Order: sequence, then structure tokens, then C-alpha cells
Amino acid sequence: MKKRNIWVILTGFVIGVAALALTELGNPGNMGFCIACFIRDISGALKLHSAEAVQYVRPEIVGMILGATIVSILAKEFKPRGGSSLMTRFVLAIVVMVGALMFLGCPLRMMLRIGGGDLNALIGLVGFIAGIFVGTLWLRGGFTLKRAYAQSLTEGSVLPAAVAVLMALAAFLPSLFAASESGPGSAHAPILISLGVGLVVGGLCQRSRFCTVAASRDAMLFKDFSMLWGFLAVIVTSIAGNLILGKFHLSFADQPVAHTDGIWNFLGMALVGWGSVLLGGCPLRQVILAGEGNSDAAVTVTGFLVGAAICHNFGLASSAKGPTANGMIAVIAGFVILAVIGLANRERTV
Amino acid sequence: MNMDIVDARGLLCPEPVVLTQRAIKNGTAALTVLVDAVAARENVTRFAASRGYAVSVSEQNGEFKLELSKK
Repeated sequence: MKKRNIWVILTGFVIGVAALALTELGNPGNMGFCIACFIRDISGALKLHSAEAVQYVRPEIVGMILGATIVSILAKEFKPRGGSSLMTRFVLAIVVMVGALMFLGCPLRMMLRIGGGDLNALIGLVGFIAGIFVGTLWLRGGFTLKRAYAQSLTEGSVLPAAVAVLMALAAFLPSLFAASESGPGSAHAPILISLGVGLVVGGLCQRSRFCTVAASRDAMLFKDFSMLWGFLAVIVTSIAGNLILGKFHLSFADQPVAHTDGIWNFLGMALVGWGSVLLGGCPLRQVILAGEGNSDAAVTVTGFLVGAAICHNFGLASSAKGPTANGMIAVIAGFVILAVIGLANRERTV
Repeated sequence: MNMDIVDARGLLCPEPVVLTQRAIKNGTAALTVLVDAVAARENVTRFAASRGYAVSVSEQNGEFKLELSKK
């Protein structure tokens, strides 16, 4: 087997096992990892929104960013770059967050939810793939956010440094931050374990370029199936692990941190898929790129943070009870925004 | 010598591969692709190999010059 495939499958396997372990140690159900939910929790901890159930400085995110930073430095791949349509990326990130919080999870959590037997996530997956397909049509049509340029070491280090400081403050001065006393935000593995697991997964994702969107996107665009192996590895590991732990429950109803509205699960993930293709990678990949010194990705991660706050401040995020009317309007608006951004950034070179 | 050059420096994947794909669509015998990220270098190389091109890579100042030639 090709070396790249081995890295990708190893990453998928480790993510699957790590997610199970984190859930066993306290993270919410089927939420060993969720880039969207975890950034949303950080947004809450920073008091950017006041949804009391989802406030916690998630060490996994910090670990993943710093893991990517450390490994990319060791591999001589830490390259500060940026300057590619920053505000457009910021807006795209907000749109992706609206879709993710409609569904209740980023693509990675969607895979983990499938691994736990959550059939709603299977509908999300169909939407996700449909959204990616639409995104690839734009890429084929000449969509581009224009090139990035080399940036200073300082510029590339801002986000990794900021999250390191955030983590230190959260560990030693926790009273600065809001912290959930009940709900998903209160459910978490011990800080050091979360941080350590995040570091390992972040480092592995840096090496393997793991991306949940690239899996389907590259298969559609180039018939390149290498990333799909990693995608499947997460799901297979997760299903196997949940079966072993007796946590596999195949159903639509009563799944942890999930709702059963099929249409909106589909549309939410379609928005995430399409938006992520325009951004050049899924939320997980953006976190890793940000760790590698890519300030475009750092702006995108900041967009996720702000997007999460918008979702909770304006009642756009779903809950276990289902989606909200505001959330539905926002998802539709999100599709319109993606179409406008797509139309405005076409460049025919042939 | 073929003078076709795809300048994909500063572009995030998959754009370098999309541009390469577009450039070789007509069965071009030789093509030069410029990229500046290791991931882009790997992806373009893998794509070109899958389409029957030999790829030689040279690096200068953190930028990569990929010379594709039809096998």
C-alpha cells in the first residue's frame, strides 16, 4: 500500500480510537471530537455568547493547533502565508458554522455520530456529499479565492501563540471564563488528556493532510480516493469501538446531542460541504493549516468562533429538540451567500 | 521545449491540481507547474503520475518547480 494511504488510514484510526477514549473519559456522546462544537464551546467560555450549556475552553482544539505547529516546525513545513481573500473566508467560515450548528456537528462529528449508530448523521452525510458536489462544480467553473503570499513569522505565529495563552489562562485562572455547569459544555475529559490527545491528533493530521471534505472532493474531481480511506477508517474504527463498548445504538431517535429533522440535517451538512469546498478544506483541516502558520486559515478559525457566537446569540443553533425557525432562515441565507461569493470569485483562465 | 507554465504558487489545494488538470486536458506533452506548499507538491505529483506523466521536482527558496512530461 502507498505510504500516503498508510498515513491517512493511521490518522483515521487514531482519530476513531481517540474519540472513543475521550467520550469514555467524559466528553459528550459521539463527541470525542467536534471542531464546530468545540469552537462553539470556546466561544461560550470567552463569553462571546451566553448559552450556558455550551461554555468550556476545549483543550482538544488548542492541542490540535499546537500539535500541527510543533510537527510542521519539525518537518520544516511551518510556513507563514496568507492574504487570500480574508474577509470572504471570514464570512464563509460563519456560513459553515451556521450549517454545522443546524446539524449539530462538524463533518468529523458526523462521522463519529454514524459510528455510534446515529442514522440522522447518515442523512447528514448524504447532504454533505451533495454540498461537496455543488462545491466542486464551482471549482471546475474557475472559482478561486486568489493566491496567498509569504507572511512574517510573527503573522504565522499569532493564532498558535494566542491559543497557547488561552490554554494557560484557562488552566491557571479558570475564573476568567464562563464554564457550563450542566449540558454538553460541562461534559469533558480531564484537561491534560484532552490536550495530549489533541496534540497527537493535530500532529498526525498535519502529516497526513487529513481532510473530511477532500475525501469526497478529490474522488469527484480527480478520481483520487486516497483520502477516502481515512474517512472510512474513522467510521469503521468508530463503529467497531462502539460495538465493543456496547455504545452502538442504531436509531434516529434519542441520539446524544442530535435532532431528528431529516431535511434540516441534510441541508445543514450540505451548507457545510459546499462552504468547506470554497474554503479549500473542512473545519478540521482549517484548524491544522492555522497551526502550520497559514493566517488565512487562522482568520477562518476566528470566523468559526464568531459564527458560533452569532448562532447562539440569534437562536440559529439547533438543540436536541430540533432546529429553530431562525436557524432555517439562516441556512437558506447561507446558500444565497455561497452562491453570491461563488459568482463573484470566478476566474476563467482557459 | 514546451513553454506551458501553471503558476499555482500561493494557492490552497485542490486549486493547484484543478489548474494542472485543466492544463493537461488536451493531452499536453510537457508542462511546468509552480507551487509553494509541500501538500500542493505532493498532490500535483500524485495527480500527474495517475495521468501518466513523469514528474521531476526542483526546489528553490521554498518554492517547487514541477516538470511534467508525458511518459
